Amino acid sequence: MQIAVCVKQVPDTADIRIHPETNTLIRDGVDAILNPFDAYAIEEALRLRDRLGEATVTAVTMGPKQSEAVLRQALAMGADDAVLLSDRAFAGADTWATSLTLSAALKKLNAKIILCGKQAIDGDTAQVGPAIAAHLGFSQVSYLTKVIDISGDCLRVERLLDHGRETVQVPVPTVMTVVRELNNPRVATLNALRQARNKPIPCWTSQDLLLNAEEIGLPGSPTEVREIFSPEVRGRAEMIQTQSIEQAVTLLMQRLGQLPGEDRP
Amino acid sequence: MNRLIVNDAACIGCGECIEICPFGALSLQADKAVVNDNCALCGACVSHCAYNALTLHKSSQHGTPHPDSWRGVWVFGEMIDGVLQPVVYELIGEGRKLADVAREQLCVVIFGNDTDDVCDEVLGYPVDRVLQIDAPDFSVYEPGLVSAALTALIQKYKPSVMLAGATAIGRELMPRVATFCHTGLTADCTELAIGSDRLLEQTRPAFGGNIMARILCPHHRPQMATVRHKVFRPALARSATSPRGVVERVVLPAGWEPAPSARLTRTAFQKLVGEVNLAEADVVVCGGIGMGKPENFKLLEELAALLGGTVAATRAAVDRGWMPHERQVGQTGRTVAPGLYIACGISGAVQHVVGMRASQKIVAVNHDPEAPIFNEATVGIVGDSVQVVSEWIRQLKACGGERS
Repeated sequence: MQIAVCVKQVPDTADIRIHPETNTLIRDGVDAILNPFDAYAIEEALRLRDRLGEATVTAVTMGPKQSEAVLRQALAMGADDAVLLSDRAFAGADTWATSLTLSAALKKLNAKIILCGKQAIDGDTAQVGPAIAAHLGFSQVSYLTKVIDISGDCLRVERLLDHGRETVQVPVPTVMTVVRELNNPRVATLNALRQARNKPIPCWTSQDLLLNAEEIGLPGSPTEVREIFSPEVRGRAEMIQTQSIEQAVTLLMQRLGQLPGEDRP
Repeated sequence: MNRLIVNDAACIGCGECIEICPFGALSLQADKAVVNDNCALCGACVSHCAYNALTLHKSSQHGTPHPDSWRGVWVFGEMIDGVLQPVVYELIGEGRKLADVAREQLCVVIFGNDTDDVCDEVLGYPVDRVLQIDAPDFSVYEPGLVSAALTALIQKYKPSVMLAGATAIGRELMPRVATFCHTGLTADCTELAIGSDRLLEQTRPAFGGNIMARILCPHHRPQMATVRHKVFRPALARSATSPRGVVERVVLPAGWEPAPSARLTRTAFQKLVGEVNLAEADVVVCGGIGMGKPENFKLLEELAALLGGTVAATRAAVDRGWMPHERQVGQTGRTVAPGLYIACGISGAVQHVVGMRASQKIVAVNHDPEAPIFNEATVGIVGDSVQVVSEWIRQLKACGGERS
């Protein structure tokens, strides 16, 4: 059984700030990290491999050359192989073109169980996982919280919806997107990190995937970013400053209209 | 080949594009902007350049044939246990405005079993048409089935715009439908408008809410978008004088069924108990590690109960095991937009803030006057969170627990 896990290198959005005067993005010193949700996907892929016995885990990412770093992280955690999808023709891809490109690679890998993080923290769309399932014609499980059992070509899993936990039978092949409560991702040992550094990682281009230029990257993307701008920022809070906590709470409650008083906003 | 082109004649070498580029793909050489391999063709610099010196060149454009012949604004009528979800009313409100500007019909699509009452209820709002797909197969939600059925309907009726709630269901369903229809989908829009070129302008946050992007889907149809609950105001009931819409009971086109291999089979469903559905709460009392210890969350629960709200926590508090995952607000948890959000012992890291920024009123309590949370809050108190919350509870009880 081929298990694949799709990972993404993302900027650490905590570090991205808007310059207060120029109103532009401050990029300096922003680290590139493994998308936090993807660590849970890698961990679950490794656990599934162990439960299945005869299985291999391949980590896949699409991005520029330096995104190889997240593949090395997956290898250090225990993935058997990794593939980088890198080509200037992939640039500018929206979720449609990205998922098509990943799907082509997953098909080439003959992957039957595909795991993805619920969403990536840079775009936050949560669209690529479900779109891969649609491109491949596979079943799709979003918000995976538990793989209960595996029998033949069927998994029984639990997933988290807004209003409850659903247990479903899932035919394999399948694409599953994972949430954080699924597991606790292992930490790679120093030795494993060292070994992962030397492991060769093949790089596949659009030609390797037999993709046409007009279906990938910017030309293959139905959506277009027309403009970017800074979000409106709220000013500093109206601060309640008083001698005592009791007074402060009274003023606060008046301000919120919880007590009769001056202003009801 | 698609690429970013710098018009050297127009470029004055101001470097503004270098600042705004999220990918570090631009630099100055001999006072002109130069593009390197990091360019993701996002277009951020193109709109930012005051001198129109940058253009994105697309090598070719494939899209839906005759996009202008696609007409109508559709809303996905998400139901849970036979009940229309609140976000649907908000989408009806927004969809009505878009349909009026575009001079097109507004249509709500209802999948389910025994949905006559729901369809009737929808006609109490300003919609032109309800498409009713009523069959026992749809009594339990199943993404493989609904995505295939909705795709078949879209291909038959050809709507211009398709809106859905950015709920757990909407966010798993719409990417499938968009892929099947070969069209664009924009998640979590905070603003929608029909532009002068009749295209749907979709505005959404990116990079953890640090930037906003305006997105178009010029050549593919339908133009699809999801919207989170409480971003738009719910539609008002239809006035007595405005025309009542019609229900059209739809028979799905032959061959619409998905392959059995693409379907899930529900074997059990465990409802979340209590008021854990944070997205619905009108008051959210959220605690961070500034609350000191898990026992202090009891105080937050007490305050929430008095205010008719629910308790949430930051990732840091959840990671310490003080509260369960499903209570987490923030980028890797839930997004909430209640009428009143009370942040106790929360510093205000951007990953948290993006999950609560849309709240109408935000109260922040923190011992550190420099905490960034005070830049997001409406009202702030500098002080010990436990003491302030205890005092708040005491005064609420003293005045009979009057609700806000």
